[in-house]
Amino acid sequence: MDDTLKGKKLLKTKHLLGIKGMCREDLDLILQTSESFKQILETPNKKVAALKGVTVVNMFFENSTRTKISFEMAEKRLSADVVNFAASSSSLKKGETLIDTAKNIEAMKIDMVVMRHSTPGAHKMLMDNLDSIIINAGDGAHEHPTQAILDLMSIVEKKPNLKGKRVTLVGDIVHSRVAMSNIHALKLYGAKVQVCGPSTLIPKDIEKMGVEVTYDLDEAIRNSDVMNILRIQLERHVGASFPSLREYHNYWGITNEKLARAKNDILILHPGPMNRGVEIDDDVADGDHQVILDQVLNGVASRMAILYLLSANIGGAK
Amino acid sequence: MKKMINNISLCEPLYKTLPKKLLIKNGTVIDTYSEKESVTDILVSGGKIEKIAKNIKTEKGCEVIDATGLFVSPGFFDMHVHLREPGYEQSENFVSGTNAAMSGGVTSLAAMANTTPCIDNKFVFNDIQSRVKGLLVNVHQIPAVTIKREGKVIVEMTELVEAGALAFTDDGNGIQSSETMKGALEYAKMFGTPILVHPEDHSFVEGVMNESLSSTELGMSYIPAISESINVARDIEIARYVDGTVHFQHVSVKESVELIRKAKKEGLKISCEVTPHHFSLTDDKVRTFSTDYKMNPPLRTQEDVDSIHKALKDGTIDVIATDHAPHPSEKKNVEFDFAPFGVLGLETMFSAGITYLVRKKKLNLMEFLKKITVNPRKVLNLEADLIKKGRIAELTIFDKDKKWKIDRRQLKSLSLNTCFHDETHYGKVLYTINNGKIYKA
Ligand SMILES: [Zn+2]
Repeated sequence: MDDTLKGKKLLKTKHLLGIKGMCREDLDLILQTSESFKQILETPNKKVAALKGVTVVNMFFENSTRTKISFEMAEKRLSADVVNFAASSSSLKKGETLIDTAKNIEAMKIDMVVMRHSTPGAHKMLMDNLDSIIINAGDGAHEHPTQAILDLMSIVEKKPNLKGKRVTLVGDIVHSRVAMSNIHALKLYGAKVQVCGPSTLIPKDIEKMGVEVTYDLDEAIRNSDVMNILRIQLERHVGASFPSLREYHNYWGITNEKLARAKNDILILHPGPMNRGVEIDDDVADGDHQVILDQVLNGVASRMAILYLLSANIGGAK
Repeated sequence: MKKMINNISLCEPLYKTLPKKLLIKNGTVIDTYSEKESVTDILVSGGKIEKIAKNIKTEKGCEVIDATGLFVSPGFFDMHVHLREPGYEQSENFVSGTNAAMSGGVTSLAAMANTTPCIDNKFVFNDIQSRVKGLLVNVHQIPAVTIKREGKVIVEMTELVEAGALAFTDDGNGIQSSETMKGALEYAKMFGTPILVHPEDHSFVEGVMNESLSSTELGMSYIPAISESINVARDIEIARYVDGTVHFQHVSVKESVELIRKAKKEGLKISCEVTPHHFSLTDDKVRTFSTDYKMNPPLRTQEDVDSIHKALKDGTIDVIATDHAPHPSEKKNVEFDFAPFGVLGLETMFSAGITYLVRKKKLNLMEFLKKITVNPRKVLNLEADLIKKGRIAELTIFDKDKKWKIDRRQLKSLSLNTCFHDETHYGKVLYTINNGKIYKA
């Protein structure tokens, strides 16, 4: 284990509810620690005893294969005891409340809760009512901080200095939990942030956050250093604000042909799961500019770092 | 919690019978009807105002309230209240709701019809009217415009007006069909009875907060300003077409305010109200994720609040009414998306007005009080001249400058969902008098 892991530094934040309000130093420390864990993941053993005796509960009130596996993997690589709890958000509407459910689980002596929930701010409720450390694995279209951190890690690995670099988020900004967290994180690193997509998928007044807005993908491709392609939720949109996937693909789908106009070293990210042939074409998804599988590995490494660093607060989160 | 345990005792009326003779001495009587203000005495005898004069001599057996330094106003009128009875008595009922009213200085109120069963026929209406008799607070039950508030078939208005209905409202639901609204306005015109309109176009995707920078940052589903103003615009057009009388409830966006200002200038029979939360708070509050800030219409932007202040001042907004909407804590203490809309209002209407309007010089005291005394009574065609000899004493006595900290647990309502918890407000009601009864804070 390297020095970062030996002399454990502390994060200023006690929980990870969102990137908003976090400081640059915390993100730096998380990224640095993530790289150390990534090295460990590259070794044959892949496992450390850092969270031995720590119990982590993954509470997923919405479907998520990817994030859940990534967290579970990170927890197990750290030797934590892992409990999974899955239910639909709608069950909370009818049956036991979130607070009761969480308090019941906490009564069984747990230390950390990772939660995915459909309602923005649900994690704050949890934090106010539990003693455990809370990690947000996505709250509605609000924040998904661990995704932003793994995205940031994947970008910074290739482009260490983000100052003045333009990062464009493409697609469904309004329903995305990835977008806000990414915007906050990228701004902390001095990047110019741009959003691009059909006007109906760009939320109101987003430019007041200091974000550039364009509806023109060609323009965005030409002026970007990094593009993060968000997933179009196939079941959600067709209707008053979204004519068809066909039109979406034609105007906002990333193809190699369109990418020909990009800077040579443009990076392409996608948080997954991908809809190939909708927001991203095969030849881009498997092409030279993408770092999509790096993101997956970085996801495990950075979640290990987050769990590890936050575990320092166990027993004294409040 | 405390309130549920002591449910029974808390549901006893908090008023006492007025003494045979009561002298309110040396108060500043602020008559919002004649717009006059003077330091004088009021002698109340047998529940009625017997004499208004300076230095009335104290007779034997006459009780005295020394109102030196206090104001004596016509009793407040809140024309937008959800009393939750029948159907939701764990949130509020006639006794707890009117207790909340009198502690806020409210002597008369209009109760909305979104109860279970819905107040949509004479039989339920009469039953309610008989059960609210004899309280300190006059409860005017407002029946629905349409059966079950479904927006389709209009209620038996003639019969209901004969039974004493002052207006009609489907509040909680916007009336979606223009055909229905035209019919209702045209029919109600026969009695000169206003339709109280909850302006909302429900064809927009259901949201939980205002559409703005805040909803963008919070990733919350949103309610655009136009979901309100579209219906305001439509109903102004219908009112003009059929020469009907419309009162818009809880206007919250500048677009509605501007439409109403223009319609009033044209001389249409239109009035409107704003809630204390919409003139006090903005959607920034939702960033706390507290469901105390979840209401419909939602809190809007500073620009909207500014335009509401201007409209209160120039008279575009006639009335301040609370949309008092109690919900039990187990319903509110859940994720923001799952909580019901609505906040308490009765006990903080006056102090919110003093704190956010009068002290911030948006309105002077007279202008503010008119909007909670004379104007709502005029909208509902009730007698608005209260401070005169021979009339039942319906008075509110308050200390304009008294500071108090709002504590949800101290409120008289059965529910706790105030959006002003922990705020320090100015203006405290000390006595509420009506129907031969008196409430003392
Ligand atoms: Zn309403």
